[in-house]
Amino acid sequence: MACILPQTKSAAINPLKSSQPLGAAMAFLGVDGAMPLFHGSQGCTSFALVLLVRHFKEAIPLQTTAMDEVATILGGADRLEEAILNLKVRIKPRLIGVCTTALVEMRGEDCARYIADIKARRAEEIADTQVVLANTPDFDGSLEQGWAKAVTAMIEAITRPGERARQPKKVAILPGCHLTVADIEHMREMVESFGLEPVVLPDISGSLDGTIPDRWVPTTYGGTSVEDIRELGTAGQCIAIGEHMRCPAKVLRRLAGVPYAVFQSLTGLQEVDRFVSLLSAVSKAAAPARVRRRRAQLQDALLDGHFHFGGKKIAIAAEPDQLYQLATFFVGMGCEIAAAVTTTDMSEILEKVPAKSVQVGDLGDLEALAAGADLLVTHAHGRQAEQRLGIPLMRLGFPVFDRLGSQHKLTILYQGTRDLVFEAANVFQANQRAPTRFPLQPVSKGGPATGPGSPLLGGR
Amino acid sequence: MASPGATIQQVFNEPACDKNRGKDARARKHGCSKPLTPGEAAGGCAFDGAKIVLQPITDVAHLVHAPLACEGNSWDNRGAGSSGATLWRTSFTTDLTELELVMGQGERKLFKAIREISQAYAPPAIFVYSTCVTALIGEDIEAVCKRAAEKFGLAVVPVNAPGFAGSKNLGNKLAGEALLDHVIGTVEPDDAGPYDINILGEFNLSGEFWLVKPLLDRLGIRVRACIPGDARYLDVASSHRARAAMMVCSTALINLARKMEERWGIPFFEGSFYGISDTSQALRNIAELLVRKGADPGILDRTETLIAQEETRAWNKLDVFRRRLQGKRVLLNTGGVKSWSIAHALTEIGMEIVGTSVKKSTVEDKERIKQILKDGNHMFEQMAARELYAMLSQGEADIMLSGGRTQFIALKAKTPWLDINQERQHPYAGYEGMVELVRQIDLVIHNPIWRQVRDPAPWDCPPVIMDEMPTTTSEMATVRALKTCAGLAAAADLDAC
Repeated sequence: MACILPQTKSAAINPLKSSQPLGAAMAFLGVDGAMPLFHGSQGCTSFALVLLVRHFKEAIPLQTTAMDEVATILGGADRLEEAILNLKVRIKPRLIGVCTTALVEMRGEDCARYIADIKARRAEEIADTQVVLANTPDFDGSLEQGWAKAVTAMIEAITRPGERARQPKKVAILPGCHLTVADIEHMREMVESFGLEPVVLPDISGSLDGTIPDRWVPTTYGGTSVEDIRELGTAGQCIAIGEHMRCPAKVLRRLAGVPYAVFQSLTGLQEVDRFVSLLSAVSKAAAPARVRRRRAQLQDALLDGHFHFGGKKIAIAAEPDQLYQLATFFVGMGCEIAAAVTTTDMSEILEKVPAKSVQVGDLGDLEALAAGADLLVTHAHGRQAEQRLGIPLMRLGFPVFDRLGSQHKLTILYQGTRDLVFEAANVFQANQRAPTRFPLQPVSKGGPATGPGSPLLGGR
Repeated sequence: MASPGATIQQVFNEPACDKNRGKDARARKHGCSKPLTPGEAAGGCAFDGAKIVLQPITDVAHLVHAPLACEGNSWDNRGAGSSGATLWRTSFTTDLTELELVMGQGERKLFKAIREISQAYAPPAIFVYSTCVTALIGEDIEAVCKRAAEKFGLAVVPVNAPGFAGSKNLGNKLAGEALLDHVIGTVEPDDAGPYDINILGEFNLSGEFWLVKPLLDRLGIRVRACIPGDARYLDVASSHRARAAMMVCSTALINLARKMEERWGIPFFEGSFYGISDTSQALRNIAELLVRKGADPGILDRTETLIAQEETRAWNKLDVFRRRLQGKRVLLNTGGVKSWSIAHALTEIGMEIVGTSVKKSTVEDKERIKQILKDGNHMFEQMAARELYAMLSQGEADIMLSGGRTQFIALKAKTPWLDINQERQHPYAGYEGMVELVRQIDLVIHNPIWRQVRDPAPWDCPPVIMDEMPTTTSEMATVRALKTCAGLAAAADLDAC
């Protein structure tokens, strides 16, 4: 069991975290015809927007209530109403996802009541548009929590409650925020190959997968439809991916009685086996030949790849669920986790991370702990640490703004695990040292290695 | 110390600004930023603006006193160049949590954070930024900075520009005020000379000021401080001993330029290093101001010689592109750089300007643009995304030059696009920069992908064309049929091929 170390510094150095409202906005962006709306000053939106654009390389719909000094003092209810009505008239979204920010939460605004009032007073004007609220102050939680809160809010606000006639073939899938577009596409294909009908919420593979519409669309185009969210309760089974999706899955069960299963990770052979077994059980069908073939390919990749992984020291900084996913993957390949850094202590998954300790902190902590490691794994902001430490960086997570195609990178199921094996093994091979006449590294028991095993230490 | 509200009022009352002088006292009080409409606003906040202006000062630690989002979502995202220190790229924030805010531990945490940074990095100065939440709960960052400066023996500069105070532009100016109040004039240089100048509002994006600096070096002109691009704290602190100043990005730091003239008698002019004629004019103005302040008049002739040499060289280089770019239609959609100078250079090599935004241009600029465009209708203040998309997808321009905000409008309309704002990858300043800009335009317009993304999939064409596709004899027929099939946008492209 990993020991979770709280943050003790006063100055965070090179933040690892992205803010909670940004995570909520990302989840809303997985819905068709959606427009996320930040209730805060315009900078909150501008920063999040720029970061999302740099990551996805797409036009991102995101609006703001633009709180100014007067509204900050007198209250933002009017601005929230004006924003919702403006968006409705100008853009006609199917869904407006309101994400609160630190500013309005610090004021203590009762946004739930504001929205209830607006819905009551303006019922006609905003008919056909769902307005959903996620309370996501920046001073709390991180990307994961924001994402999960938005999904929970959508289910609570839109899904029709009550026990309904079940469609045994229909599977509700609630992916965590660490799944890429490619992950969701691939998972859908696998679920369909069992003859099941997956409904994914939120489905960024429909909206943020980089396509070219033939006209100008100011909202998202593609993603889960509002109708699908409404009918989510008729699913025969719910599958949540990532510990942070347990909460929305629970809510769906409470509202509509849909049974759920949580997969803390879908990377690694055994984890995927569990997933495939569940699909078999739900569909009462055996795994199709294509799936078995992918499994065999992964086994072969493990055989070919393991030479490069054994004994390697990996330093990871990521959101809790992604940290667990990656740490279990690398440990499963024979590596050792030299440093594990995460964004928040709010997740129960952290105790299960296969590392001695998990530091709640930032990329400054990663840089301090990673000395002597063979590989850094974090998002694109890890590039400064990569440069200073001279340790290669594998970019995973959000944001990745200085490499293309991060959304089309597969990281889950047999095929995604296979791809990760190859990617990491190739980084190790690219950074291999030529044989020297120096003696072999003595058997080291933890601790930073010296000698040819770790040329970095000598260099610094 | 003036209250933040008073500072803001003072910034709004900017006598050096033409637009501001035209207003009555009441209108002036509301400042230059238009009121924001909820649900229709775009752009950054005052904190964003302040950080943009100050962060390129490279050896300073920039500490943001806020919950995570203000810094966590925005750090290390601008490509200013540094010739040495890299501390500015390291991000520092107090990352306030709920408990700390509720218990009122913010100021204490800020003080500790300053101590940690001063001990670990020993920077010459720490800039502390207030934000919406810390301003709302009344954190006294000025007091904390003052105490920390005494205790730890380094400059600690409070930057009071919380996001809700206003727009990015206001933040730019508040940053200038912070420099005036706490930094400029605090250090006396021991090497002041008659050829020292300041460049204000130059950000050294993609290191582009390094294309201009060698020209100044050749004239014997020393850049005392370039604020903020590639600046060091000590350069800024002693910049009050320069003899003249050039203000590059006028809307950002006009208050700084004017007050430096008032306090230390440093005359300034507004100029630009974008485009050939503007670069030459800027060099002339610098030389003239220096002579006015007592420098040897010989510098005027030397400047003219250098301009003649460099202009000839630049035009010769640009001539290579004339044949390839003749008649290509450009849509200039930017407020950030001086449109007319670039427009002038592009028309000189035979390109056609089909439209330009004049959002941040002065009256004079607009006149000059009118002459180039021949048709004033093509000037617009701002164009809605939908209109812009329609215009581009109908093939009314061969390329759009703009900032990242409209990037995906152009790309989704399958129109060539080049970034000429802050996130750009290439330096465009000075004579060399203009050549680079034209080279990039050429590369983008003639990239072979445009055919591929515009042509429809073969199965979306009528079957008769499918049969003709593989043969070469009926190429023209195929082209004609494809045109009919693909509609206007593809036709425009095929004509060009």
